[in-house]
Amino acid sequence: MTDLWRDERLRSVFAACVTLGVAVGVFAVSFGVSSVAAGASVAQTCALSLLVFTGASQVSAVSVIASGGSGSSAFGGAAVLAARNAVYGLAMAPHMKGRLPIRLLAAQLTIDESTAMAAAQDDEQHRRAAFWITGVSVYVFWNLGTLIGALVGSSIDPERYGLDAAFPAAFVAVLFPLLKGRRAALAATIGAVVCAALIPFTPVGVPILCAAAGILVGVPREARA
Amino acid sequence: MTWGLVLALTATAYAFKVLGLVLVGDRTLPPLLDRCLSLIPAALIAALVVLNTFADGRHLQIDARAAGVGAAVLAAWRKAPLIVVIVVGAAVTALVRAA
Repeated sequence: MTDLWRDERLRSVFAACVTLGVAVGVFAVSFGVSSVAAGASVAQTCALSLLVFTGASQVSAVSVIASGGSGSSAFGGAAVLAARNAVYGLAMAPHMKGRLPIRLLAAQLTIDESTAMAAAQDDEQHRRAAFWITGVSVYVFWNLGTLIGALVGSSIDPERYGLDAAFPAAFVAVLFPLLKGRRAALAATIGAVVCAALIPFTPVGVPILCAAAGILVGVPREARA
Repeated sequence: MTWGLVLALTATAYAFKVLGLVLVGDRTLPPLLDRCLSLIPAALIAALVVLNTFADGRHLQIDARAAGVGAAVLAAWRKAPLIVVIVVGAAVTALVRAA
């Protein structure tokens, strides 16, 4: 571990992963606020972050409840949004060494951020390190932020500080290093276009799932795409 | 919000997470599948940027967030550190919204 710590690149990976965790924590405050505002108790709000731990699904469920939707419609949207974690699991599976208990733990941390940070690394060791560091730091800060937001309640307005843009901004930063090859750039373009095209016409969550069509760029063997 | 909904969401979210990681395990995948799976983060994260920037429920709209994320793109393109990209994105959004 000390050898690893002398690895300068690992230190910079560590810094980036923890930074992302903090940014997500700030977003979690706004989740906590809106969850309590939607009528969930502080305990329920914290349970969502501790147990469900997939931000987009939690936000979606809470916003459906807030707008007067039924429990089943809140569940449906959140479930569709959570489905992309299965796709992330597939992407991470070849890189995760270890036995079942390790995989079961890794599964809980398989989310947008950990998968993205892992994908941005170019060797296996840093990829695994980025996955675990990001997963743990996001878990800690997401839950801390949720608790703070739930306790503070509606005394702050996240939109006033532009916190709703902190999330896409963080994803932009994470996306850039992924666009190294032409294939990845094309896959990202297709993903973005498909998502934008479907937002007005499909239920919440479906556009993101359909954006996975971008991976078909990987089908041809030659790097012509 | 009911505890039943909290538990149903917990079970569903974890089931999806486990599906990919445990189903495939550390088996070596065929090259075709491997090439496609490695493109998942790029495709989905690009979609997440679009969703979080332009979507308001099921409507597409251009508002203060677009300015903030545009500034974040510029910062990321200039290779600014992650935290700078995030702060720029949030700050520009807040400023445009206040204006």
